[in-house]
Amino acid sequence: MALLSALPAAAETTITAVMHSGLRVMDPVITTAHITRDNAFMIWDTLVAVDSDFVVQPQMANFDVSEDGLTYTFTLRDGLKWHDGGEVTPADCIASIKRWMVRDGGGQMINDRMESLEATGDKTFVLKLKEAFPYTLQAMAKPSGLALFMMPERIANTPADTAITEYIGSGPFKLVEDEFQPGVKVVYEKFDDYVPAPGPQSWFSGAKDVKVDRVEWVTMPDAQTTINALMNGEVDYVEGVPVDLLPLLEGLDNVKVDVLKKLGAVTIGRMNFLHPPFDNKKIRQAALKAISQEDVLTAMIGNPDYFQVCGAIFGCGTPFEFSDGSESLTTGGDIEGAKKLLEEAGYDGTPIVLMQPTDVATLTAQPIVAAQALRNAGFNVDLQPMDWQTLVTRRASQAKPSEGGWNLFFTGWIVPEVSNPLASIMLNGRGDKAWFGWPTDPEIEAMLNDFASTPDLEGQKAIAQKIQAHVMDNVNYIHLGQYFAPSGWSTSLKGVVNAPFPVFWGVEKE
Amino acid sequence: MPIYLLRRVLAAIPVMLVVAVFVFLLLRLTPGDPAAILAGDMATPEQLDRIRESLGLNDPLLVQFVRWIGALLQGDFGTSLISNKPVIDLVADRMWPTIWIAIITLSLSVAIAVPMGVLAAWKQGSWVDHLVMTFSVLGFSIPVFVIGYLLIKLFAIDLKWLPVQGYKAPSDDFAGFAARAVLPALTLASIYIALIARMTRASLLDVLNEDYVRTARAKGLTERRVLFRHALRNAAVPVMTVIGTGFALLISGVVVTESVYNIPGLGRLTVDSIFARDYPVIQALILLTSGVYVMVNLLIDLSYSLLDPRIRY
Repeated sequence: MALLSALPAAAETTITAVMHSGLRVMDPVITTAHITRDNAFMIWDTLVAVDSDFVVQPQMANFDVSEDGLTYTFTLRDGLKWHDGGEVTPADCIASIKRWMVRDGGGQMINDRMESLEATGDKTFVLKLKEAFPYTLQAMAKPSGLALFMMPERIANTPADTAITEYIGSGPFKLVEDEFQPGVKVVYEKFDDYVPAPGPQSWFSGAKDVKVDRVEWVTMPDAQTTINALMNGEVDYVEGVPVDLLPLLEGLDNVKVDVLKKLGAVTIGRMNFLHPPFDNKKIRQAALKAISQEDVLTAMIGNPDYFQVCGAIFGCGTPFEFSDGSESLTTGGDIEGAKKLLEEAGYDGTPIVLMQPTDVATLTAQPIVAAQALRNAGFNVDLQPMDWQTLVTRRASQAKPSEGGWNLFFTGWIVPEVSNPLASIMLNGRGDKAWFGWPTDPEIEAMLNDFASTPDLEGQKAIAQKIQAHVMDNVNYIHLGQYFAPSGWSTSLKGVVNAPFPVFWGVEKE
Repeated sequence: MPIYLLRRVLAAIPVMLVVAVFVFLLLRLTPGDPAAILAGDMATPEQLDRIRESLGLNDPLLVQFVRWIGALLQGDFGTSLISNKPVIDLVADRMWPTIWIAIITLSLSVAIAVPMGVLAAWKQGSWVDHLVMTFSVLGFSIPVFVIGYLLIKLFAIDLKWLPVQGYKAPSDDFAGFAARAVLPALTLASIYIALIARMTRASLLDVLNEDYVRTARAKGLTERRVLFRHALRNAAVPVMTVIGTGFALLISGVVVTESVYNIPGLGRLTVDSIFARDYPVIQALILLTSGVYVMVNLLIDLSYSLLDPRIRY
């Protein structure tokens, strides 16, 4: 015994990772910020999860759907525990689902159709709907936007618009609260009582086997310092390596670089439908025709290995990949066509207030390229530089562009956030209740309703194709193609996971 | 002296109050919405409004101000709108890296710059003087991030003597702290060495032309005694002012150096809070900075009486 206790303990393995931003907001129900979602996948678990084929799989619970599509029975796996030692119960899950339903679009759609959500046993609860809603499991399993995480009932009872203050989950990692410094560092420890789901790991489903003792996320505001630290072995993993710094890592034996987020992200331009000139469909069409995806992506990313001209609003590489109506965007733009449309529309030279964020690297190029393309077509463009915070505040304003409002801005999403018509917030056509830009579009609303009640994939695909054509014709937004951010990691890490955003289960450190 | 001290401390109160009012109003007049940062890109206008309501941002400005100032008078700096943590904890976490780097930077600067300045004044017009002045111009002119990257390239990447980045508390790991503090302190010191050396030289040259220095030399004192006992002490008053304001500047944030070396100090907290429009944190940081300036100015004034017996309070 004495001899055993004298043996050195096995060395603790820690992965030090630099994520795309610092973690400040912990509540995954209050914000759609990606870093909050990434953190949530560390410490909380989901009821169901999508695999890399977008198929919903059991995660914390097995599920059974009645033939009429009205009853969903969830049965929790054995041995599920919270980080504070309590057992996961149906009451916890019901409270978590109800809180999420207040905030999430998909959750609200379920809630609108819900008859009851009740526990029926120690491990079982049942969701009953008044009308079939085939999107139910997809909404509960979606990994981004507002993903549905399970929390203990006492935490999930917090009002949905008030941030939670206790971070107890049942996920594969525990938060080390003493070491958490908002915006600086987050530390996780392996949760020893975690019971991985059966089946192979695929994206966010299957076995989340943790193979290290600790994971530390450190925030580094300077890209060059981050790359230096990776080269020097001070960090193990960098979520996003700027494409222009890739040459520094090429040829190094101790660093590997690859695209882990195979689906990548999309960038888009959104117009304000409330004010001239973009309240006119023909003028919106002229703007779309003027812009070339390749020009935008070249300015934004540079290296063509890391972007893809793609006309599909639901993303290339997804089940709903269609490219109807995107010809001008994907073939270099059509300035002459744009000029003709502007003439037909009787454009009177009303200036377009185009908001340009200057402090977000992935969003600075689009407005400049688009402004030039629009000017070439005959638009009068007022390009206004500002910080992202000012932009997100101003885009909420419905005032006239000349009185503090706006006409056009650009942003981006990861592909899973736009890969399904019901997940893509930009397709909402409910006027004032829609996303910024506020289109009133009963046609698209009817198509979304059809989609929501269509159970089979082939039927859904047919509707998705119609939506694609409609969005290109009505210009609900301008889809500007897909790009892929490479990640870099130390060769001492094995089993780094391909997923739409970083996960740390399945990764070993030698 | 005690009455003078009390008067100065009391005089700081209206200064801080004016700062508090200005900061509060300026932040509210700046475009930006913490709710938008909190809610993320997918939030609908309706959801944003509900979050604004829950954060109290929809209340009239006067109500918000009275609420903030009332809590402040009870020592409560509030809670971060974004991270939901007490502001005092956020500031306390970030204060120590900044204080340590400031102390090391200034100690290093004074230890190197004062002898350099004395030497340059003593050997005025010689190659030593020219060398010191050349260094001084370079120290001022080269941006800190260039110096930072060059030092990292040499000492961390090529020679691998020191880490590239990071911070460790000295109480946790003193060697780790020291290894990570060297390069940022050297980077920042390049400016302060230039500044203090130049100021020491100029101030000393003024003093060396005074009658009492000529008298000291005439009565046969050694050059060293003239320089250090008579001249330097009298030349120290303006140098102390530079050191004091330098300390206040270092405390109020050196965001570029903190970013290049990934030091979680007050500078980065300030910039992050401004980008997020995290009002309570920005307000606390500006009040803290004003407080530091008031205190440092008071200490500088007190130090004058120690250096120059003619100054009495």
